[in-house]
Amino acid sequence: MNSILAAKGVSKKFGDYTALNNVTLEIPKNCIYGLLGPNGAGKTTLIRIINQIAYPDSGAVYFDGELLKPEHIANIGYLPEERGLYKSMKVGEQALYLAQLKGLSKAEATKRLKYWFDKLDIGDWWNKKVQELSKGMAQKIQFVVTVLHQPKLLIFDEPFSGFDPINANLIKDEILQLKEEGASIIFSTHRMESVEELCEYIALIHQSEKILDGRLSDIKKEYKNNIFNVGLQVAEENGILHKLEETHKIWSPNYLAADQQLEFKIQLPSNDTSALLSYLAEKGKVNHFVETIPSANDIFIQTVNSKTIS
Amino acid sequence: MSKLTLIIKREYLAKVKNKSFVIMTFLSPIIMVGMIALVVYLAMLNDGDKKTIAVLNEGNYFTEDFYASPSASYVKLSHLSLEEAKDSTERLGYYGLLHIPNGANMEVSAKNAYFFSKESPSDGFLDDLEAVFQNRLKQKRLESLGVSEMDYTAINKDFSIHTSTFEGKKNLKGLNEINAIVGGAFGYLIMMFIIIYGSFVMRSVIEEKTSRVIEVIISSVKPFQLMMGKIIGTSLAGITQFIIWVISASVLFGIVFLAFDLDFMALQNNENLPQAQALKMANSSMTNDIQQYADIFLQIPWLSLFVFFLVYFVLGYLIYSSIYAAIGAAVDNETDTQQFMLPVISPLMLAIYVGFISVFSNPHGPVAVGFSLFPLTSPIVMLMRLSSGIGEGGVPVWQLILSIVLLIATFFAIVWLAAKIYRIGILMYGKKPTYKDLYKWLKY
Repeated sequence: MNSILAAKGVSKKFGDYTALNNVTLEIPKNCIYGLLGPNGAGKTTLIRIINQIAYPDSGAVYFDGELLKPEHIANIGYLPEERGLYKSMKVGEQALYLAQLKGLSKAEATKRLKYWFDKLDIGDWWNKKVQELSKGMAQKIQFVVTVLHQPKLLIFDEPFSGFDPINANLIKDEILQLKEEGASIIFSTHRMESVEELCEYIALIHQSEKILDGRLSDIKKEYKNNIFNVGLQVAEENGILHKLEETHKIWSPNYLAADQQLEFKIQLPSNDTSALLSYLAEKGKVNHFVETIPSANDIFIQTVNSKTIS
Repeated sequence: MSKLTLIIKREYLAKVKNKSFVIMTFLSPIIMVGMIALVVYLAMLNDGDKKTIAVLNEGNYFTEDFYASPSASYVKLSHLSLEEAKDSTERLGYYGLLHIPNGANMEVSAKNAYFFSKESPSDGFLDDLEAVFQNRLKQKRLESLGVSEMDYTAINKDFSIHTSTFEGKKNLKGLNEINAIVGGAFGYLIMMFIIIYGSFVMRSVIEEKTSRVIEVIISSVKPFQLMMGKIIGTSLAGITQFIIWVISASVLFGIVFLAFDLDFMALQNNENLPQAQALKMANSSMTNDIQQYADIFLQIPWLSLFVFFLVYFVLGYLIYSSIYAAIGAAVDNETDTQQFMLPVISPLMLAIYVGFISVFSNPHGPVAVGFSLFPLTSPIVMLMRLSSGIGEGGVPVWQLILSIVLLIATFFAIVWLAAKIYRIGILMYGKKPTYKDLYKWLKY
């Protein structure tokens, strides 16, 4: 088995409400896996099941090939979306407490905390009370506590909320480094640009069901629909567009007279571009001819809208 | 260190390091003793001023009956009219004027006696005054029946009966009343401890919910472990506080005993002496009121009271605080707890009222026994009964065992239910739950 985590037919109901319906997915080792979905889709329930906070009604979850059991908690680090710290406890004491709950010895936890506090330049917070810290500062502590026990699987739910852009970048770099060091990461967010940037694999959960999953690049290929951006240098427009519109779908045509440049988007029936290219080459000089690749955002919106049961 | 130990340690330290806890623990006994001392002092101050009474006795009766006592002294006036006597009494600043007119006989003279004063005199003072007249009149009436003054004094000698249990343990008069008061105090203390520490648990659960630390914690430990750790840690803080109170109260009482110069050892030896001798000693000590009360005080089974206080506090607290924990988990903030508090407080209040009414009058009657076995009221009612001891003359051993067994069984049942509500409730935000919701959570 090459997956760090596998869910097989997981279902969960709360009373009459179905939170997860027969969800099956596999998270490969040593990758960043984006868990996406609209609000209330069931992501948090799935994450809670992985953390053994909730238990599935049916189906099973396997961690590193073994059926999920309480001892696996020591190998999972979880940064929940709803997160906080004890307000009246001192930062160092609290970090030690949370680390010890994850099974680290006090000495080991102290050593690693010192390392991380130095690394993130927050060493002088040790004896401060949490209520004296800003939200972003508290988030940093929580990040440290999440990764401190060097878990094999890390789960980040909206890890960048509450951070300014500089600190968000800092945390992003830390996440990438953790991946380099061999950790597998589940990343749940609504910020599609960070999905684009970080995730190798994604799964999309909508209305309690998984509707899409796989390697992000494969999904993008699948969602390509042979639309090309074309820039053609011609002296005069001369009915080129008119001719093309008879056989193809054309969007946003524009002729820049000053540059003698004709721009448009065109959809081809297949990805065979040779006929179109030779036609265009006859008419003028092709400045650019680029296939448009759907963004994660496009895929998200398109898939969710098409699958919404009204 | 196991996770449960870690949680208990954190909850305990979070509680005892709290400033208000430290202040409560060390200042309360001092404040209590200070308050009692202040009340006693003020009461003494109030009665302390000795009243001076002018006596205008125009007759031949009661001439030698008014002599100075700790609370009043008497000044005889003579050769004055009533009006003049009133004037001079007021001018001299005396408390009042007692006027005894001349009469055909003592009865008439007494009947026409008047007491004049600026403000209406207290009942206690009038009782004393009336007693003087009554005593003399009674003596006079008996004299007319042929009873001499000496005989009268002999007849009037106080009598008090000696009491004992069948085993020969000497009972003292007033023991039942003092027992009831001490038992009541302990029952009340248990109720206060349960309510105070129960709401500590509840507040701590709400704090975890509102600060959103809860999901971080329960991704490492089971909700049940967290709940139990919290309950146990807080109860240890309660026990710490109680022990500090007991020690500081003993020290303070020790100081009081020393101040009254009581012979501790002699009092305690009483119990080991042969019966006859003990009775004799008790008789001789009757002369000393304080000693007598101290004796009663020492007869109360303090050690078993303290031990069972801890047993019933821990068990009662475990039951109630799991309910409190479930309530804390169900709500988002403290104001939402109101609707759930009444059913929790009611059995405790009922126990206190039942305790004060039926345990005081009959500590081992059917109502008292019933409530001291029913698990939600037994911690309070049983403790009230326990001040009269265990075994003969006190609480039968089987009742004690039965009530503890019932408490333990109830504890397991309640914790099981509370844990289910707790487990769901801690992750529910934004909705004010109803009883129906809680019932639904039990089935998840």
